[in-house]
Amino acid sequence: MLIIFYIFAVLSIFGALGVLFLRNPIHCALSLVGTFFCLGAIYVMLNAEFVAVIQVLVYAGAIMVLFLFVLMLLSSKDTDQYANKWPIGKILAGLLSFGIFVQIASLFTAGELQLGPKGAYPLEVVEEVGSIALIGRLLFTDYILSFEIIAVLLLVAVIGAVVIAKRRFE
Amino acid sequence: MIPVEHILLLSAALFTIGVLGVMLRRNVIVIFMSIELMLNAVNLSFVTFSRGMDSMTGVIFIFFIIVVAAAEAVVGLSIILSIFRTRKTLNIDEFNILKW
Repeated sequence: MLIIFYIFAVLSIFGALGVLFLRNPIHCALSLVGTFFCLGAIYVMLNAEFVAVIQVLVYAGAIMVLFLFVLMLLSSKDTDQYANKWPIGKILAGLLSFGIFVQIASLFTAGELQLGPKGAYPLEVVEEVGSIALIGRLLFTDYILSFEIIAVLLLVAVIGAVVIAKRRFE
Repeated sequence: MIPVEHILLLSAALFTIGVLGVMLRRNVIVIFMSIELMLNAVNLSFVTFSRGMDSMTGVIFIFFIIVVAAAEAVVGLSIILSIFRTRKTLNIDEFNILKW
């Protein structure tokens, strides 16, 4: 179990590094799809099957296909124009993100991680009822207001995308 | 059981790579992909904490985060599409029309 997690963790890091270093943006997108699949596998190991399914369907499927469509619509053959021509900036970015990593990592490696009081859904309950049934029940009872608001947000996004993409600028 | 710290470390690494991507890359679509990567790193830590604390709230939050990410991708890509029509490039350094 643990070794499978490490394999997928390393694969997802490699996919993310591919986004960072590959020249062609289409290769970047495909490597990001690989990362999303690995994260989906890790979600399955964490008993979050619903999240794993929407990770693969919505992220690796819908959103990345949208990215690839836009890339094939817009991208040019000449990838050199996107080269970062400021070496000091690269060094600064590296230092800054290393600082961010150390800062985040020190939060939970400095001492024993205190997770707070346990909730009402231990692993046995989740496996008995099923995680998808639990999520559906919670979504339509406790979180019904957020659910309705997020539906309106999605509608606004659809209308906004159509309006922005159709408008002609002079 | 996978140790919580190791998953959080993976999440931190993915988030950092996303930050680096936003700062280093000049192609605006690749920057956008790095933002998606950061969102995914946060999702991973949400699932981890939700499992570690025997709670379902993190998983519900991921549902909302993925919806927001989809909306963001749709609107952002259509903005990029309309910028490309006027500037004929995807280089983020050329998108300086709001800067003075």
